[in-house]
Amino acid sequence: MEQVRLSIDGVDVVTTSDRTILEAAREAGIRIPSLCYDRRMEPYGACRICIVEVEGARGLLPSCATRVTDGMVVRTNTEELRRIRRTIIELLLSDHPKDCMTCESAGNCELQDLAYEYGVKDTRFAGEQHHYEVLADNPLIERDYDKCVLCGRCIRICREVQGVGVYDFVNRGFEAVPGTPYNRPLTETPCEFCGQCVSTCPTGAIISIPSKGKGRPWQVKKVRTTCPYCGCGCQIDLHVRDGEIVEVSSPVMVGPGQGNLCVKGRYGYAFVHHPERLTTPLLRKDGELVPVTWEEALGAIANRIHKVLDEKGPDGMAFLSSARCTNEENYLLQKLARAVVGTNNVDHCARL
Amino acid sequence: MNGNGRTKLVLGYGTCGIAAGAAAVKEALERELSAGKYDLELDIAGCMGFCFREPIVEVHYPEGRSVVYGDLTPKKVPQLLEAVSAGEVLEDWVVRRSDDPTAGEGDFLANQHRIVLRNCGNINPESIDEYIAVGGYEAARKALTTMTPEQIIDEVSRSGLRGRGGAGFPTGTKWGFARKAKGDQKYLVCNADEGDPGAFMDRSVLEGDPHAVIEGMIIAGYAIGASQGYIYCRAEYPLALKRLEKAIAACRERGFLGERIFGTDWNFDIKIKKGAGAFVCGEETALIASIEGKRGMPRPRPPFPANEGLWGKPTNINNVETLAAVPWIIANGGDKYAELGTEKSKGTKVFCLAGKVRRSGLAEVPMGYTLRQVIFDVGGGVREGKEFKAVQLGGPSGGCLPASLLDTPVDYEAITATGAIMGSGGMIVADSSTCMVDLARYFLSFTQAESCGKCVPCRLGTKRMLEILTRICEGKGEPEDLERLEILAADIKAASLCALGGTAPNPVLTTLRYFRNEYEDHIFNHKCTAGVCPALITVRINREICTGCGACAKICPVGAISGEKKEPHFIDPEVCIRCKLCLSRCPEEAIYAE
Amino acid sequence: MTNSIDDLEKAECILVIGSNTTEGHPIVGLRIKRAVMKNDCKLIVAEPRHIRLCYYADQWIRHRPGTDVALLNGMMNVILSEGLADEEFIRERTEGFEEFRKVVEQYPPERVAKICGVDAEDIRRAARTFAGAERAAIVYAMGITQHTTGVDNVLSLANLALLTGNLGKEGAGVNPLRGQNNVQGACDMGALPNVFTGYRPVSDPQVRETFEKAWRVDYLPGNPGLTVVEMMDAVLRGEVKMLYIMGENPLLSDPDIKHLKEALEKVDFLVVQDIFLTETARYADVVLPAASFAEKEGTFTNTDRRVQRVRKAVEPPGDAKEDSWIIAQLAARLGYDMGDVTAAKVMEEIASLTPSYAGISYQRLEELGELRWPCPSPDHPGTPILHVDKFTRGKGKFSPVDYKPPAEEPDEEYPLVLTTGRLLVHYHTGTMTRRIKPLNELVPENRVWINPEDAEKLGVIAGQEVAVESRRGAIKVKARITEKVPPGVVFIPFHFGESPANALTNPALDPVAKIPELKVAAVRIVTGPDMERMSFVSSD
Repeated sequence: MEQVRLSIDGVDVVTTSDRTILEAAREAGIRIPSLCYDRRMEPYGACRICIVEVEGARGLLPSCATRVTDGMVVRTNTEELRRIRRTIIELLLSDHPKDCMTCESAGNCELQDLAYEYGVKDTRFAGEQHHYEVLADNPLIERDYDKCVLCGRCIRICREVQGVGVYDFVNRGFEAVPGTPYNRPLTETPCEFCGQCVSTCPTGAIISIPSKGKGRPWQVKKVRTTCPYCGCGCQIDLHVRDGEIVEVSSPVMVGPGQGNLCVKGRYGYAFVHHPERLTTPLLRKDGELVPVTWEEALGAIANRIHKVLDEKGPDGMAFLSSARCTNEENYLLQKLARAVVGTNNVDHCARL
Repeated sequence: MNGNGRTKLVLGYGTCGIAAGAAAVKEALERELSAGKYDLELDIAGCMGFCFREPIVEVHYPEGRSVVYGDLTPKKVPQLLEAVSAGEVLEDWVVRRSDDPTAGEGDFLANQHRIVLRNCGNINPESIDEYIAVGGYEAARKALTTMTPEQIIDEVSRSGLRGRGGAGFPTGTKWGFARKAKGDQKYLVCNADEGDPGAFMDRSVLEGDPHAVIEGMIIAGYAIGASQGYIYCRAEYPLALKRLEKAIAACRERGFLGERIFGTDWNFDIKIKKGAGAFVCGEETALIASIEGKRGMPRPRPPFPANEGLWGKPTNINNVETLAAVPWIIANGGDKYAELGTEKSKGTKVFCLAGKVRRSGLAEVPMGYTLRQVIFDVGGGVREGKEFKAVQLGGPSGGCLPASLLDTPVDYEAITATGAIMGSGGMIVADSSTCMVDLARYFLSFTQAESCGKCVPCRLGTKRMLEILTRICEGKGEPEDLERLEILAADIKAASLCALGGTAPNPVLTTLRYFRNEYEDHIFNHKCTAGVCPALITVRINREICTGCGACAKICPVGAISGEKKEPHFIDPEVCIRCKLCLSRCPEEAIYAE
Repeated sequence: MTNSIDDLEKAECILVIGSNTTEGHPIVGLRIKRAVMKNDCKLIVAEPRHIRLCYYADQWIRHRPGTDVALLNGMMNVILSEGLADEEFIRERTEGFEEFRKVVEQYPPERVAKICGVDAEDIRRAARTFAGAERAAIVYAMGITQHTTGVDNVLSLANLALLTGNLGKEGAGVNPLRGQNNVQGACDMGALPNVFTGYRPVSDPQVRETFEKAWRVDYLPGNPGLTVVEMMDAVLRGEVKMLYIMGENPLLSDPDIKHLKEALEKVDFLVVQDIFLTETARYADVVLPAASFAEKEGTFTNTDRRVQRVRKAVEPPGDAKEDSWIIAQLAARLGYDMGDVTAAKVMEEIASLTPSYAGISYQRLEELGELRWPCPSPDHPGTPILHVDKFTRGKGKFSPVDYKPPAEEPDEEYPLVLTTGRLLVHYHTGTMTRRIKPLNELVPENRVWINPEDAEKLGVIAGQEVAVESRRGAIKVKARITEKVPPGVVFIPFHFGESPANALTNPALDPVAKIPELKVAAVRIVTGPDMERMSFVSSD
């Protein structure tokens, strides 16, 4: 890997030879629009939105798939490029439903953003549109290929990142569309329901069923936290609207998952708002657990601890701490056991 | 071929011959010969190029002369055998006489210069011995035992050979890249995924002279340092595949393929990979994906296959015709090859003449010949004496050139300058009965259906162009449609991922350029001057000529034609569906479309 | 993990043993798959079950459950006899090699092949692949630890890493995958009977003094306390009278449910602090409603020692409270003032008492997102790879380990080996995931996995309800007939309260780590009318 110097839109950029033009430009603060690009995958070069002019090159080059070389002179935003991008956006819109009003991905749609940026309201190239059946063949992932731009991101993330390969394109030409083998429902494929395809889909073609209609990007507050399931420690963003978690996503290239999650991490949040959550202390009275105040519950426990201490000493008590709780809570519980009660009888299910 | 003093009959047994009935002729020949009445030998060969007269038999006499007969049927076989035994020539059936180039269609061959097709039709493609008998595998032996890879690459560079698959990239340079690429394993791929409608030169070579391709591959593999070769051939070419398999097996038996070939320490073998007939798999990166077992879709280049190709290893991909020329170049020297052709386009090029040309078939001519020479001198001009209107060069990726450009030489740069491309060498001739809008629509429907769908301009752009062309043909074209076509064509060409999309607009652009009046007629005057587009034509009966025989009324599927017997008939335009069946039926040619 | 999760993609060879990584630790599984797909990493999977990683593996060794030590000794025998060991590393950085060598020499591949039920050639091949790689990583999970020989298994893996010089460098290491989000943290925080935070022993008077001073108490006990399983035994013996359980559901997660139920019934007073009325909580005298992870501030420490933030996103429901508040309130009622127990403040206290966490603060986590311990000072960048220049104890120690069979082996009465584990869609005791409708729809009920050969012998067909019985109890569960388990072995996930796998498992413990042998138990399958006379354990 060597250092290279190139010019992008007249800006002198110094980077390394393993970078693509798109990466080098973004590092230098120059945004080249794209559609089929996702940092998690190998470059694909399909959407042609990110094409640029490179002096001396034969034709226009996809900046996502072209490595920088020393002395390269790149232009990313010429009149011709803007014209071609406009044509491409118009072509995409010519086979795309205009239902942004109700589309799950409005506000989080790369096609919408492109149309907005290029001011494409309508298409000069109206023609036949697809009307596929919406596929909701499982409880988590819904596919509406009317909205598919064939960027191949779902196909590639499933194959390259998840290593599963549930999808590929079927048919050719205008009829080309992603699909599962023999169009089987996802539940009958090796799909792991990780939702990586949902996370990378640039439009509303693949969406999460549990978060449908639950909130627009600007209506939710994203709270970065750590996944509560296994020991991987993936970073997740809880999307909160009006006190309810409505969706979970993962920040790209951050933490152990680098933006990828598993089925539990992405879809395992609803327990937080489950009606069976405990909402009040319970105390067993006459054999039944009945709601009581904190005062009464804590008092009962404290009394009992005093009693055990009197009768049996500190080792008459045992504490089970939790691999599910935070470091701070674990610290406090062992402190309670050791410093307050005076026993080392504290453990948790590390071994299980 | 007939060193044993017997007269030998060689039946053209390529796909073109078989399609025309060669199998039945073969059966008849075998039956008659097995009776023991004639002292004649029977053999088969690939396509000689006279596709328009198939089935054909070439009779080789012991003294060296030969006569080609065409249009054979099983019924004609006894008469043929009688004549051959008697040493007579059946003048009426003659296609070509070696001792009289003016006889029959003799000028078809006389005007050609055959290097790639040198053995096609002359030897039995299923016999390695026949190939060896005409000097086969001597070039490979020479290359492997007396030349360094660099010397071979030099020789090929000196020949000026350029990729015959369409792009015309200098073959020697390409080999040099692959030779220099770093890698423990390299691959050589023969691209036999011929997919242009109307193109069959690769098939003919594979069927007629498979060993020439294999020999070219051995030389190329050695030159670039690839020990494994692949032939990527579409599964729709069963005969070519069968003959390749046979040829490869024979080579392994002789030690021409496998380990330590020609007694050197060089190993080289060839695998055949059958394609599923996707046009885009002729694109090299899509072809690689297909061999790897993936969906055949192109990827951006760079990296070029020379550096990162099959399984990520340096890979050189050459077309069938290119590889078939290589043994000749090594045997005769690059300079000899470079004597033929123009400044930048050397050697010969094989063309497939198709469409309204009189002699549809295979023609190999030196570069620099004009289109007129190819179409008229070799091809015999337009069928039925009609007027030449256009020639579509380079298949669906190519362009449509008018009569005014007939003196354009066959030369990569000269043809590209017209807006067409040399392509793989398809030449489809159109006469006055061809609607140029309809022709463009046809080619676009092909590329649209064959688009892999990966990039937006090709997938959606060609679809929208096709829709516009369709509505123009249907008489629903809008004045803005021509501009729309031009915008789309320009942006598709500029932005597509691979050459399929990058060239798909060519038929539209060239017809717009050379036949714009036809588009305008369709849109503004609602007329299809060629009388092709059903929505824009009226079928009429010339009452002056009509004899009232009633043949038209009988064939009309919708009963649109009426008239008293022996009186001129009349077509009801409200009922007529413009199928034009009546046109072909009328004995007086009284019916016309306008 | 001695190395980080990100590091796995740099390995040339990965040995996955006792881990169904793609289901138990999907994201680590994803990184391993990428190492294979992108970097041609050679993956060796040693696992009785056919797991998804087998599709990506260069080699799959299907050894008998509980024979890990033999297998590893066999591999190391090959490495030694073929001169593939990292001599320099052994010389410079380890000790105890000779004693170790003597033991390993007893394990030629042919002998091991018999113990493990695999081909000797496969052992050789695995040894050569692993030792031949410049950087080879070992990844394991509960399939290694949940045995009576759990510690031996882990020591054997350490031996393998030492022998091949695969410690203290990128793309290598001995990498246990912790089963729960904060097992690592709970251990780091001293939620163990024998150590304070940072693994400092309670038996060390100096350590005790430090904590006594910090916690403002006169006396801290120096005798190690009881482990989970020992606690339950102590309850049954009447020695422990009161159990306080925070956020755990031992009734489903611990072995021998029947035994546990007895303990929970017997204990005088049981407090359970949790977010749901779990199977365990139903036995409680007091149940305290706690806040979930989304309702509080804090940190988790993941399996590669990465300390990351937990942030409050929503309010706890009703009167539910953060665990820290509850603990502090209780402490106050016992006369101890815990002071400010907001998470950041508690982390300050942890950092001040724990050398490996000394450089960790909320301010730094806010800036950096993550810090891997040891992080001894506020300017320390954290430690992605352990043992780079030297081991904590100086030299790496080889431990001679002999193969010992599992505590309970199949016999005529109980002819099948039961092994337990997780499914991708569900988690641990199912408290959370089984309450999530779409997840529960994907996998609504339990199955016992039976090899077709066994199924045919037993006359069991797919979907048939059968009884699985061990010496501890029996459960009713439907059969899944699959070659993913070898003949003679059955597999049951432990997420399902209605057919709890841990009603069957063996509570026999590893003598050192006190881990129960959840991965090997002898069971039998009963079908038809014979089931009628049986009583079944269920958590309900």
